This record gives sequence, C-alpha cells and structure tokens, in this order.
Amino acid sequence: MDFATLMLRRLGRLLLTVALISTIIFFVIRVIPGDPALVIAGVDAKAEDVAAIRAKLGTDRPLASQYLGWMLSVARFDFGTSLITGQPVTRLIFERFSLTLVLAVLGILIAILLALPLGVLSAVKRWSFWDYLGMAFSQIGMAVPSFWLGIMLLLLLAVKVRLFPLFGAGSLRHLVLPAVSLGLAQAAVLLRLSRAAMIEELAKEYVVTARAKGLTERMVKYKHALKNALLPVITVAGIQLGYMLGGAIIIEQVFSLPGLGRLFLTGIYQRDFPLIQGGVMFVAIVFSLINFTVDLLYSVLNPKIRIG
Amino acid sequence: MAEAEGGRLLEVRDLEVSFAQTTRSGPLGPRSGPLGPRRGPLGPRRGPLGPRRGTPALRGVDLELAGAEIRGLVGESGSGKTVTSTCIMGLLASPPGRIERGRIIFKGRDLLCLPAQEMRMLRGREIAMIFQEPSRYLNPSFKIGEQITEMLRLHLGMRRAEALHRAEELVEWVGLGGRRRVLHSYPHQLSGGMKQRAMIAMAISCNPSLLIADEPTTALDVTLQLQILKLILRLREALRMGILFISHDLGLVRAVADQVSVIYAGRIVESAPKQLLFNHPLHPYTRLLLLSIPAAARRGTRLRAIPGRVPDAEHIPPGCAFHPRCPLAEEVCRTQAPETLEREPAHSAACHLADKRWPD
Amino acid sequence: MAGLIEARSLSKRHLGGGLLKKAGTGVLAVDRVSFSIGRGSVFGLVGESGCGKSTLARALLYLDPPTAGEVLFDGTRLGGLSPRQLRVCRRRMQIVFQDPNSALDPKMRVRDSLQEGLVNLGMAPRQRERRVSELLELVEIPPAQGGRYPHEFSGGQKQRIVIARALSVSPEFLALDEPVSNLDVSIQAQIINLLLDLKERLALTYLFISHDLNLVAYLSDRVAVMYGGRLVELADTPEITAHPLHPYTLRLFYSAPSAVADPQALGAPAAQQNGELFPSGGPEAGCKAQESRPTSTPRGCPYNGLCNAGDPACAQLEPELVDVGGGHLVACLKASTLRRSDLSGG
Repeated sequence: MDFATLMLRRLGRLLLTVALISTIIFFVIRVIPGDPALVIAGVDAKAEDVAAIRAKLGTDRPLASQYLGWMLSVARFDFGTSLITGQPVTRLIFERFSLTLVLAVLGILIAILLALPLGVLSAVKRWSFWDYLGMAFSQIGMAVPSFWLGIMLLLLLAVKVRLFPLFGAGSLRHLVLPAVSLGLAQAAVLLRLSRAAMIEELAKEYVVTARAKGLTERMVKYKHALKNALLPVITVAGIQLGYMLGGAIIIEQVFSLPGLGRLFLTGIYQRDFPLIQGGVMFVAIVFSLINFTVDLLYSVLNPKIRIG
Repeated sequence: MAEAEGGRLLEVRDLEVSFAQTTRSGPLGPRSGPLGPRRGPLGPRRGPLGPRRGTPALRGVDLELAGAEIRGLVGESGSGKTVTSTCIMGLLASPPGRIERGRIIFKGRDLLCLPAQEMRMLRGREIAMIFQEPSRYLNPSFKIGEQITEMLRLHLGMRRAEALHRAEELVEWVGLGGRRRVLHSYPHQLSGGMKQRAMIAMAISCNPSLLIADEPTTALDVTLQLQILKLILRLREALRMGILFISHDLGLVRAVADQVSVIYAGRIVESAPKQLLFNHPLHPYTRLLLLSIPAAARRGTRLRAIPGRVPDAEHIPPGCAFHPRCPLAEEVCRTQAPETLEREPAHSAACHLADKRWPD
Repeated sequence: MAGLIEARSLSKRHLGGGLLKKAGTGVLAVDRVSFSIGRGSVFGLVGESGCGKSTLARALLYLDPPTAGEVLFDGTRLGGLSPRQLRVCRRRMQIVFQDPNSALDPKMRVRDSLQEGLVNLGMAPRQRERRVSELLELVEIPPAQGGRYPHEFSGGQKQRIVIARALSVSPEFLALDEPVSNLDVSIQAQIINLLLDLKERLALTYLFISHDLNLVAYLSDRVAVMYGGRLVELADTPEITAHPLHPYTLRLFYSAPSAVADPQALGAPAAQQNGELFPSGGPEAGCKAQESRPTSTPRGCPYNGLCNAGDPACAQLEPELVDVGGGHLVACLKASTLRRSDLSGG
C-alpha cells in the first residue's frame, strides 16, 4: 500500500492505543482497594468532608458515567485539578514539560553524537585501539548508574570546580550536567548497537558489489553500509527519547530540576490522584507519539517499508 | 574501449591462493569479519615467498581471455571458481586469504603488483563484475539510478545531469522498459530478472573491457535465464567486451561460451574451445561430468555418475587431485601431479593419461 | 487403466489476507489440475517458481488438503477418509523435499530420524534397528554411521538419508520436490541413479518435480507442464520432447540449453547440435522480454500476456486441456494449428 494509507493506519493504531491506555488507567485506579477519598481526607476525617472530597473526585457517580467523563476529559486533554495545589493538572504538566523536553533532547543528542561515531569506528577498525576504547566505554557506561554519575559530576564540576551551577533550572548551563548524566548511560547502549549494526552491514553482499564498482573505501563504508546500519540505531534512540521524556525522575532529583519527573514523584507521595492519573496518561501519550514518529522516520530511511 | 581482438586481455598464470582458516570462511572473508582489499594503501599484494600456510584454495590456476571473447569457467562448488574471480578483481580478503604466487596480467600489467589505489580505480572502470543473487548484491537503501550514477561520476567524472542521462541509456539498453521509473525505484520494487539487468547496467556503465559474471543466472527462473544470457551475448557483440562466465551448469556454458576452462580442486584441469571440449574432452573429469548430465537424449540409459565427491581444501589427495575418483588412475597419478600440456592446438589438459583409451 | 494416484480437478486456494481471512479471496495456487500417475511410472512435473507445483504435491498427498477437487489413491478417495484412515493411507505415500538441511532435525541422530516413522508403526526396538541398517545400506551409507548427526554428512549424503527416511515406512508412492536442485552436478547423477535403482528394487511410483527440464525429460515417462497454477501441457516424454506444442513449453525448452548434443531436439536440429542458444525463427523471436509472474487471472488464457502466438480470442476464452492425439494434452487455443505447422516444418 502507499505511504499515505500506511501512515493513516498507523495513526489509527496510535489513537486506539491511547484509548486503551486511558481505559486501563481508569480501571487500575478504581481497582486499588480502599477509597481514595478516605485516603485523601485522612483517617479521622469527618463524614461530610469525605463526602465532599468524593464529590470533588467524582467517585460517587456510577462507574459508567465516571468512565465516560474520564474519556471525554482525556480527549479534551483536561486531567482535572490537582488536589494539593488546586491548579489544573494539564497546566502543571506543560509547565514542567518544556524543561524535561529540553533535557531529554539534549541527552539523546549527546548520546548519539558520542555513540554513533565511536560505534561506527569500532566496527570499521575492529580490534584496534578505537574498538577497545569503545567497548570499554560501553561496558562502563552500562555498569555505572546514572544518578551516581550525576552526583560525581556535581561534586567534581559544581562543587570542587565551580564550572556549573549546583541546582535550579535558570539557564542552559543548568542542564549540561544532567543532560550528560542522562546521555552517557544511553550512549553506552547506542554504541553497542551501532557497532553491531555496522559490523553486520559490512558483512553483507552489497558491500562486495560496492567494492567491485571501484568505490573508495570511504564511500563503501560511510555511504553504503552506514545508511543501512543507521536504521536500528535510530529506532532505539527514539525509544530512549520517549523514555526520557517521561521524566528521568532520578536525575531530576539529583540535580533538583523542576521537571516532570519531580512533579510526578511529589504527586505520588502526596496521593494527588488527578495529578498521578494525568501524569501517567501524559507519559503514555508522549511515548506513543514518539513511537509513531520513529516509525515515520524509519519509513523515510528504509525504502522497503515506505513503498510496498 | 575493449582491447583489439586477438590480443590477450587477461592472463592468469600459476595463481596460488591459500586460506588461514577454512571454517565459515568464504573467499570474500570470514562470515562476520571485515571484507575488502588487502590492508595498506601501498605495497605489493602478493604474500612474501615462504612456506605455504593454511589450506590451498587455488593450486596454480592458468587462464586466458581475449577481448570480445567469452570464456566459460566451469566447476562445482568448492572448486575455486569464485576465489579466482575474487583475485582478479583484487577483492581477496587478506587476513584469511593469501596469494602465495602467480601473476594476473590485465592489458599488459600485473594486477598483483599494483598499489591498492590503482587497483581500485581499475575496478568498475576496466574490470567489472556481476553476481549471483541480485537481491543481496544491490544496496536496498539506494535507488537504482543513484547506484548507477555514482560510478559514472566517480570514474568518468560526469556531472549529475550527464550521468543521469547516461544511466537512462544504459537502463534502456539492458532491456528495462520504462527507464525513468526504474531509475527512481529501489531494488525491492523490481523483480529478480529486472534486478539482474539493473546490476548488469551498473556493471557496464563505464564500458569496462572485462566483465566477470559469477553464476548470474543461477538464482533466476529458467525463462529469465535465457534473457540474461542473450544480454550477455549482446555485450560481447555490441560492446566487444571480454567476459569470464562462471557457472556450474555445463548447458549454459555450452550455449554461451567460446572457450571453456574446467576447474577442479583449485586447478584448471582442461581448457579448450567449446566444440573441442564438448565433443572430445581429454580430461577424465570433464568426460565423466559430461556423461553424468541428465538429458532427454539419454532417456532409458543410466547416467555415468562420478563416485565419491569433490575433496575439501584440507584433504586434497596427493598427485592428481582427481585420482581417487578416476577410472583410469594409475600409480603415477597417485604420486605425481600432472602438468598441463597442450594436446591439440588450443586444447590443453592436466592429465598423465590423456591419450589412454577408455575401458568402455 | 486407472493410475495408482489420480488427481481430479484439484484446486488449492490460499486464504485471503485482511483481518478476517476470508476464504475465497486468496490466490488460486492450483487451478483445476487433473492427471493420473500409473503404477511403476515416473511422472514429471515441470514449471518455474510460483507456478504451484509444490503446492500441488502437498495437496496431492493431503498434507495441505485441496480446496476443491479430489485425489484418489489406489481407487480410494482421500477426501472421504477419516483422519485415522488418512494416517494409515499416508504410509503408502511419502514426500522428499529440496533442502535436506531443513528436512532433518539437526538435534537428532540419523538413526533416530529414520526410526521415527517405525515407532509409530509399533515396531519392536530390535526390528527397528535392523530396519534402520537396511535403510542406510539401501541408500549406500555405511550403517555404522547411523549414530552421527546430520551436520556431519555432506549435502548428497543428507539427501540420501532423507530418501531413506521416506522409504522407512515402505511406501508405494514417492513425491520428490526438487530433490537434487541443491546438490552439485556430480552428486546429482549419483542421487538420480539411486532413485532409479530404488524404483526398480522396491517397485515404486514417482512424482518428480523440478524446474530443470533436461532432468525431468531424462527421468520421466510422462511430463506435465505447469503455469500459473494450471496444467498447460501433458504428454509422454518422447512425444513432448519431439513435439512440444504449448508456447510456454516451447519457451522452457529453448531456455534450458543442454550440455548434451541432442539429435531429436526441436527447432533447427543442426543448431542445437552445436549447442547454439537461439535457432533462428524459433518462438523465442518476438517473445516479450517480461517477467512471467503467474497469478490467477479471471478470464482468458493465463499465458496470454507473454505469448507471441496468441490472438484476441486468447484474452477472452480460457483454453481447456484438449487431447490432440495419443494422450498428448494441451491447453492452448492455437494448439492444433501449431501441431500441423510443426509437423510440416520439422
């Protein structure tokens, strides 16, 4: 089928996924034993207060109507109001989202810029110094927890040497260290992947044809093989981005960044149900969107999928 | 720009190649390792003289090809035909493979003495190659047009528009109707036969003098096979190209080739003009091979099957490699490797007993 | 004389795509094929990839039952049998496929692979062992090697083992789907000789499927040509090699040059003797240089798109298999006219 139809189908699937997730979220919250209104009100609250909270939450209405109400609000992107701060959940999320977005994008860019060249080089010059360096980096990167790395970076570059600010989120400078901590962890995985993908491509038959055509080694490796090796790397990078967009909670904690992660963490501690609900929903939507975009990108890069 | 006819376009003399490991290693390198030409931009591409290491893949191959001539190279799997073509192209992966000795003289120059850079410039430009499975040998991520024009721009310095125009001509010449569409297509959008034609268009784009065709029709349906063969004949007629046609199918070779060489266990055992080879084969292997082929004309008779099988590179019998399977074998065959002698004009065979009468 | 195995208007339609997999929308891989295989004969089936020959073989053996038509084995309708009865009948008909690597379980020792069918028959262990040795000897493999794994054998030996396994239950009928295509030329002859020997010794009947026309013409008593799921020509071998009538058959013959000089070859005999590819004036001339992609066409001759002997009628009428004399069947509107001119041109 042609490209447009394919994309429309994917879009349809995306919407279906989102609807399914919102249904699951709805039922999960209500399946948890205990009355959320009681939990919020506290153990020794008065009955009217509990009833009032229940009315506010909407848990006194019949299930079907609650479900309908929920689905409608999801469609409108209205997740209710935060119980704690009284602000619309949607607004809270979007306020924090821009920070998380920038952080995530920076993180993945650092990861790609580091991992891809090193991974490709590793594959092209196997068993050389670069290869060992890349493998070592990859091993360490996967072993080291990102929050530990974050703390170390803080100690070294923000405390010992006042190169970067300790906390807060005023400028881009504030985001460098957290982005690096995030990025390095992802880079380790991407490096492994790009190395493997490149090695696999270099062993394929079309590479022989390329050499038989008298193309320079550079063209053979970096034009012909690399193009095909990029595909799996891009896919995984996209997934990683989606994950980071959900809020790299621990990193945000370490660097005291007012991002989505902290927002949700606080919400969970405080039992701010509308916030939690809205947060999970948001992350799910974002992730689905990312996957959709990666699919799109993949189609652009891989002609076999794009056309027939 | 083919060589004047009658002139020797290609001459391979006494080519010996060995491999360090044989498991999971094809002539183009280990299955998961790097492929490619010999490492190092400069320097001879022949190994230093010394004790032979590893298993022998080619044990002294001699081949000749004149311009505007088709030479068939016939052999079963493991006989060394692909290794031979790989060496001619200069694509032998150097870590496992090693050229122990020999010369490959193309238009008067020994390719094994050329620096890697010069060899690379010859590839595609003067010597081109087409392969067996076009779906694997074409890059799936580039359009056909791009894969053709990149050669034209690299080797002939053409500009984009000029190259595209020439690509259109090429694509039409090889019989791919609807040229625009083909140029803008990706390999997976074309059928098997079309892909093979596209690969041929790519290979001949710079008008090479020599084309190596390695089993170009094996992966194709029978009726497509015919069309590709016709195309190859056209290459010889119209473009005066010298073609090395590698195949295990004697029927195809008989239909297409002018001269034929038969390779067995890394050596050429017989070499002759087509008629002579098929009508008066001298080497027992050739003779038995011809007798073992099923054909309508043989209905009702038993095929003369060759007992045993082609030896592995690690276990090549001493003396004549074919002797364990040969009905004529004598003591000398077990101990001494036969020399290649010219028995009739242009007809040579490597057999001690080429004149011996057959028992039947 | 009824044959050992008979196909009557066999059709096999694959399931359609889409969410609901509607039956009736898929590709018609085999289209109303009928033939009869006489006991003790070799029936050759030739065609290119996608023509449906493998599907036909599986439908014939009820491994992938046909969606229409009937199969009669020794007079019994396979479609009317219960699953249990079918299993009993299966003993008598076996199949050998092209790739011995995927046919043999790499984790099973060869003797265990050979024993499997015998265990199902309820044979005692000692009997089984003896039978396995017998079988290995039958296919010229030293019985002592029965304890080895498939990967320790060469391609040709593996194929012998696969044949032995098919013969383990003492079938009467053997379908062979491209049994030698993956093998080297010199090994092919060995396996072919083996198959002929076995046929004589064990009184077998063969269905031999291949894309290699020369091979089919050598082995078979009767040859069927398949295109686009249909049988386009069917005749005794000497007849079809001397007088191929269907344009597709002709094309196949011209496309498969033989390494052996053939005085009976069609077209200009002298040219064929010299091994030339294209005797002038053959139907090759003017044949459209396109791909043959057989798909089910709603009407008209399926070969019409590539045929150069056709006329407007060929796009409208679907030709039936017609006997043009002596058991030679052709599905072509022009067949009779071709025959006459062929005989005069000779």
